[in-house]
Order: sequence, then C-alpha cells, then structure tokens
Amino acid sequence: MREMEAVIGLEIHIELQTGTKIFCGCSTAFGAAPNTQVCPVCLGLPGHKPVLNQKAVEYHTRAALALNCEIVPYTTFDRKNYFYADLPKGYQISQYFHPMGVNGHVDVNLNGETRRIGIRQIHLEEDTGKLLHPGEITDSPYSLVDFNRAGVPLVEIVTQPDVRNAEEARLFLQKLRSIIRYVGVSDCKMEEGSMRCDANVSVRPSDSVEFGQKTELKNMNSFRAVARGIEYEIARQTELVRGGEPVVPETRHWDEARGITRVMRTKYLATDYRCFPDPNVPPLECDPEWVARIRQSLPEPPDARYARLVHDHGLPAYDAEVITASRAMADFYEQTVDLFNEPKTVSNWLMGEVSRCLNAAGKELEETALAPQQLAGLLQLVQKGVISGKIAKEVFEDVFQTGRDPETIVKEKGLVQIADEDELGAVVDRVITANPKVAEDFRGGKERALGFLVGQVMKETRGKANPQLVNELLRQRLRN
Amino acid sequence: MPNDVRIGRLHELLRSGETTAEEIVAAVLDRVTSLEATLNTFITLTPERALAEARAVDQRIAHGEEIDPLAGIPVALADNICTEALRTTCASRMLGDFIPPFSAVVYHRLRQAGSVLIGKTNLDEFGMGTAGVPVFGPVPNPWDPTCLSGGPGWAPAAVVAVRQTALSIASDAGGALRRFAACCGVVGLKPTYGLVPTHGLIEFAPSLDHLGPLTLDVTGCALALQAIAGADAQDGFSTGTAGEAYTGYLGRGVRGRRIGVPREYLPPETHPGVRKAFEKSLDLLVDLGAEVEETSLPHTPYAPAAHLVLTSAEAFSNLSNFDGVRFGHRAEARHLHEMYRRTRHEGFSPEVRRRIVFGTLVLSGDHFEDYFVKAQKVRTLVRRDFEQAFKRYDLLAAPTVPVPATAASGNGGPPEMRPEDLPLLPANLAGIPALSLPVGFAGGLPVGLQLMGPPFGEGVLFSAGYALEQQTGFYRTTPPITGTEG
Repeated sequence: MREMEAVIGLEIHIELQTGTKIFCGCSTAFGAAPNTQVCPVCLGLPGHKPVLNQKAVEYHTRAALALNCEIVPYTTFDRKNYFYADLPKGYQISQYFHPMGVNGHVDVNLNGETRRIGIRQIHLEEDTGKLLHPGEITDSPYSLVDFNRAGVPLVEIVTQPDVRNAEEARLFLQKLRSIIRYVGVSDCKMEEGSMRCDANVSVRPSDSVEFGQKTELKNMNSFRAVARGIEYEIARQTELVRGGEPVVPETRHWDEARGITRVMRTKYLATDYRCFPDPNVPPLECDPEWVARIRQSLPEPPDARYARLVHDHGLPAYDAEVITASRAMADFYEQTVDLFNEPKTVSNWLMGEVSRCLNAAGKELEETALAPQQLAGLLQLVQKGVISGKIAKEVFEDVFQTGRDPETIVKEKGLVQIADEDELGAVVDRVITANPKVAEDFRGGKERALGFLVGQVMKETRGKANPQLVNELLRQRLRN
Repeated sequence: MPNDVRIGRLHELLRSGETTAEEIVAAVLDRVTSLEATLNTFITLTPERALAEARAVDQRIAHGEEIDPLAGIPVALADNICTEALRTTCASRMLGDFIPPFSAVVYHRLRQAGSVLIGKTNLDEFGMGTAGVPVFGPVPNPWDPTCLSGGPGWAPAAVVAVRQTALSIASDAGGALRRFAACCGVVGLKPTYGLVPTHGLIEFAPSLDHLGPLTLDVTGCALALQAIAGADAQDGFSTGTAGEAYTGYLGRGVRGRRIGVPREYLPPETHPGVRKAFEKSLDLLVDLGAEVEETSLPHTPYAPAAHLVLTSAEAFSNLSNFDGVRFGHRAEARHLHEMYRRTRHEGFSPEVRRRIVFGTLVLSGDHFEDYFVKAQKVRTLVRRDFEQAFKRYDLLAAPTVPVPATAASGNGGPPEMRPEDLPLLPANLAGIPALSLPVGFAGGLPVGLQLMGPPFGEGVLFSAGYALEQQTGFYRTTPPITGTEG
C-alpha cells in the first residue's frame, strides 16, 4: 500500500483586546447582556460611518511582527458582501486585496526537531454577531441575534499548507497562542471564542507533489478538538482515497460529543463575495518609522527567551519551555530570580506549587495578586532555615489565597521552624519513650523504623521541626 | 410674507430688530401651507418645534446676545439626512417608519448655529434618480406646475424657489443637487468631497455622495457652507477646517481670472435658449474682467458609464443593511431567505432594485475587472483631466443642465444615460466643488450656470458667482406660483 501524507493549512481568528470595537467606541468586554454593547455603527444602521480604531492597527502590527511577517506599506479595507442575520451591514469589512502582514513563520518543536510553519498572511477584520437558537438548531422555531460581538476587531492568520499531522497542528496553535499573548494583544481563549481555528485538510500519496481534494473543518473549540478533528479527518480521507472514492470538497463540522466530522455544506461553487474597497474607510499607509517603533516596543520573543534561560540560567530544556510558554510566567520567573538567584528552585516552584494553585483556582498568573517578591521572600525563609520546605508549601497556599506577605504569615501562625536542640531534644525524648518497640526495632537494625519516629516528632511539632536536626537527634539518642 | 429670504438679509433684519425669528418662521410656514397641496415638497413637517426654536432665538436676541448668521434661519433637510427622533424615510417604503437614534453631523452643526428645522423634503428614493411612481408622490416644477420631469427630486430646490425656507440641504451623488437648483432657479453648491461630513446621510454611493446647501443667493450659500464645513471625527473621509470665512471671498470679483469652457459640456442636445443664457453670462464675466477660453476635458464622454458602474456597485453593498432584521420594513415569511427576498422586493422600488442588480453584476467574478476596475481607471482619468485643466484655469464654466426642465428626457433609464446629466457627473467622480447659480431663462424655465473649481476652491466659485449675481439680481425673481410680493 502507498504511504499517504496529510497536508494541512490552518486559519485562525483571534480577537484583539483593544477594549473598544474596530469601527466604533463600543466595549468589547466578553459576557455582557445581549445587545447592550451596540451603537448605530456596529448595528449597521442607515447613515452610520465606520471610523478605524488606531489601537486595532497597532495590535495587528504587533501580532504581525511577532509572527515574523513583513508589513505591507499600503492597505485597503474591503467589503466582503453576503447576507446573514448575524452580519449587520450585509458585508464584513476585511482586508481582502492587501493583507497588512505577509510571509511570516512560526517554529515548532516536535520530538526534538524544529519544524517551520509558514504564515501566508495576517490581516485585520471585524467580527460578526452571534446567533442563538432556542432548543435544537434543526427544529428551533426562530433565532435570536446578539450584536455585542459585531465589530470586535479580529486578526485572521492563514498558514501555508505546511502542517503534516494533528500533533503538529496542536503544537503550532499552542506556540501561536504563546506568541500572541507575549505581545499582549489577545488572551487567546479558545473556550470563550477569542481564538478560533478552522483547518483545511487533504491527503495525498507521500511521493506526490500535487494536493489532494481538501475539506474545511469548523467548530473545533479547543486545542484537543483541533487535534482530534484533524486526526479523524485524515483517517476518513485516507480510507476514501485507498478505497478509490473521491473526497468531496465540503465544509465539515466537528462533533465533539460523537468524535466525528459531519457535512455542513458542499462547496462546489466558490462563494462570490463581490469584494471591493470600502468607500467609507480610507486606505491605510503604514509609516515605516511607526512600524520600527512598534518593533522596538515588542518584548523578547519566547524562542529567544527559551534559549537564554537554557544557556544563561542553566535551566533544563523542559523547564525553560514550560516557563516561557507564557510571558506572564516567564516575567514572574525572571523577577523572582532577580531577588532569589537559584533558577532551578524558582522553576520547580513555578511548575509545582504555583501551577497547582493556579489550576485549582482556574486562573492565569496575571489574574492573581501573587508577586515575585512574595515567592522570593518565601524561598529565602526556607534557605535561611526559618521554615521547612513542607511548611513553605502551606504558607504559599495562604499567600496565594490572601495575597499577604509570607513572613507575616509565618510569624502570625507561629510556623517558625524549631531548630533549637534543647527544645527539640525534649520532644525527641518524649517520642522515644512513648514508642519503645519502634526504638528497639531501630536499634536492632531496622533502618525504616526511624522514619516513623521522625514522623511522630513532626506531628508533635505540627511540622515545624527542622527535619535534619530531628534526624540527627534521634540517631544520637538511639545510639546511646 | 417677504419674498426676499436671502439668509444675509434675514440676519440683518433679525439683528436690527426689524423682524423676529418667529415672524420669519411663521411666514415660511404660511407658504408651506398655501403651496403644499400643489407642490408636495415635504414628507415630514415640524411646525410647532420650528416656532418654539424660533422663539428661543428671539429670546437670545432680546437678551442682547450676538447671534450666528444662521440663527433663526429656517432650514429644510432632504429626507435622507438622519434626524434624531424624527422620521427619516429616504422616500422609500423600506424606511417608511424609520426613526433614527442619532442626527447627521450636518444637522448638529445647523442646530448649533441656531437654524430652525421646518421639515424634511421629498426626494428621489435614496436620492437615486427617477423612475416609476414615487412613494411620496411627484413634485411639480415651481416655475411650471405642469412639468413633472423632476419626479420628487427637485423638492429640496423647490422649497427655496417658492420661499418655503431660506436654506435647504440635500445630497449630490450624481449631480441631483445642482440639476434641481438649476431647474428651480436657486443657488446650489456641491462642495469638495469630504468638506461637508456625510455622516448621518443615508448614502447609496459613499465615494460619490456629497451634502451641500441650496439658497436664494450666493452670499447665503457661503454663509451656509461656513456653518457646515470641516472635518468631523465620526467621518473618516471628512476633511478641511471648520469655520473658514467663505464670505470673505464674495467681493473679490473675477478680474484676471482665467475661465475655461470645456466643449464636451455643450453637447449637440444643448437647448438654444440655454446656450444663449450661458453665453450671456460668459459675456458678463468677460465684462467683469475675466478671460474666457474654450478648452477640453477629453475623458468626459466616459464619465456617465463609469459613474453608473461605481454608484451601482456601491449601492448594491451600501443598501445590504436593509435586510429586515434590525430596522425598517420586514416582510412576513417562513424562513430567513424568503424574508430577505420579500422584504427587499416590497421595500425597494424598481429603480433601486435595478441599480442593486446592476451593482451585483459589475462586481461578480470576471465582470469585476471589466466593469468595476475599468470604471475606477476612468475615474482617475477624469480626475486627471481636471488636474490638467486647473493648471491653466482658475475655474471651469458650463451650463449646469443643457436643456430646460420641460425638455428633460422622460423616465425609464438611469440618470447617467440622459445626455443632460453629462455635465454633472464628472465633478462627482473627481470630488471637485461645483456651484450652480441661476443666470436666465429658456422657454420660461430657469437656466443654471455651473462653475467648477479645484479641490477646496469654493472661495473662487463664490467670488465669481457673487460678481455675476450682482449683475443679474436673479434672487429678486419669484416663480409665478408664489403670488405677488407680500
């Protein structure tokens, strides 16, 4: 049987966090009551005039530069005409003729190998409203429409057909999210729809240079769904081709619950959007000096930062990758290391306790009050022997919940480690007296019995005993 | 009722206390009442509100306040200009009960200046030219009530001609404002593209649409432009500084001005009476010290086709928001697509539908290059014709419309295809300012002179127009229908 390979191109829509819409001053906040963030412009009322939001242009440029794109000096805003109830004006304003960013790329690490995924273009456009169907979509008697989302600025990113499998697609999307979040233009939350991905999938014999017939996959609302959808579609098409059946050009809907793709509509006839430059929006000429200023204002990209953390900080590759996946995490890491210069310890804490607490709270690092000073302070307390590592975790939990200073918490709760030989010696003596049989076992050579006794001491001191000292004291006393 | 409703004169009367804003408004409202049954110029009238606003102006005068030149001046707006909380129909069934939630920038500025809204005037549906039965009925020519060739379109000019207002604001996407000013014997200005913001105008072709004033005389026109010109943050293509004193150009005359007469603007169809009146006004300009010379704008013959393609393409898209979902007419239907189809069929009249269908065609597939792109190229060539001409001339002059209103072609086609619209369309394609002022009569109907200038050359147009007007005194002539001076 001939080897088959998949050819995948991705189209990603990302909402820009400009605060206001692309052509009017309405808020873009997520989750407001339906149709409360609307005005004559985003409702497409007669007589309205769109006015381009400069912040959207700036954010688009940041994203384009972060994806290594060239910025096109002259662009127009064009009308893509079609009727749909969620499209207020009967056309969408997009950059059809001259996308503002072209020829970029993103590098992805797959099994230790770097794969370069080309970015064909990135352009600015407006989002549509949202339709709500009471009951099941197929037999709903009417639809409701919410225009809060209409006019939210989007960038559409179109990759070259460089992706070869589902895992690569997933890694690309994660990397893309990380890059876009680094430059601070979107939160890229797939579950809230601020990042959406469609995939064009086809298969062909591995030795072929021609493309197979492609289908377009929609409705994949998580990274996992994208990977599963693509995997399913590759398998489906491979089976068709092997069986001598044609692949039908169509849009297919990913059904998350059933784990299959289903036909939404066939696309034999290309839709004619009758695009032409919008006579209401002046063309945009990008000043190269302005672009240079934007470029200078961009933070160090995740790839460069990763390399620096490995080489200069001596972090293991895995740690560096996890830490640099989010700019907030990487910034937090570096600020903590500035105050407490033990990179690996800081990295362990961020990947361990900090991530655990974030996951439990369902929050991003930047959404919490946690400060690098707090983590560094806590680690210093451990280093100085004021508290044990175990107590530190307990204190951290408190810091995370309340945002209070670790030293205050330690003092207030009386968690200062007992490192006083006399004080601890008394406890050790009591424990040995109370557990004569265990003590006897240890003396008889049962090394493991010591652990139990340490545990008892810790219990009596409510974890505050310095574990090393407890060990020493127990051995000393039991030897006698 | 004084027939002399020149804005400048009314302002003087108000300042000197010889009359009050309330008296002026009451007088124009009387004229509305006496002539509305014959002329059908208004779709919506706002008499109580107008009188209240006039009284407020009178109080300001009584308190010794310095008032704007437009304070207390009655104004009519074409009914495709949005007025907050006041019905705006575009003379279409589609918007029969549409109440805009905001006002056009131009109306804001007029209110700010203290002018008083009398009502919203009739117009061709969406300002698109005439065909079929107008939704709000036709408007006869005020100089010859048997002449209906303007459809409802010349209402914004007729209201000034018969002194139902002193100022009228209308749109001009393909020469309508100048055409009707000429046919009704009043002054009308299509300013430089963008100089008067069109935010709040329900446009059908935004790259060609303009808003401008219609008045009894050139001074009034300059005063009105002064109040409504200048960029606005809500309109991306609007341009120019607000508050430029256009009246400063009025007394400057035309001595030494070079005036070109493009031969393409005098087609063979030109009516002898129009030609005579036009030549007489050229003689006057020469007497006043101008140099007049024949010239050529060679791409003029291609302007009508390019204009038809571009306006239709833009109209197709610009009217897509009329889908029955959020406002305006909505037809009963079983599903979404049927609702779209029926809503748009019932709401738009055949002329509007024809333009939408044509626009759909010229943007489709292969036609895009053949029609839309080619039309844009023609537009560039037409603009270059003007650029070349304005290197040599300060102004260009032509009859506004080559035939009087009675001789106008009948309905049945897009206005671009009427030979008499040829001299009107290029200024829209090029975005240059064009002023029409009455200079005489042909067959008992007014003849207009069109003066065109380079972008932002409104001042030069006013200088020349004012100089001519001082000679003709046309504003003293009133249509017979208004009766004798009262």
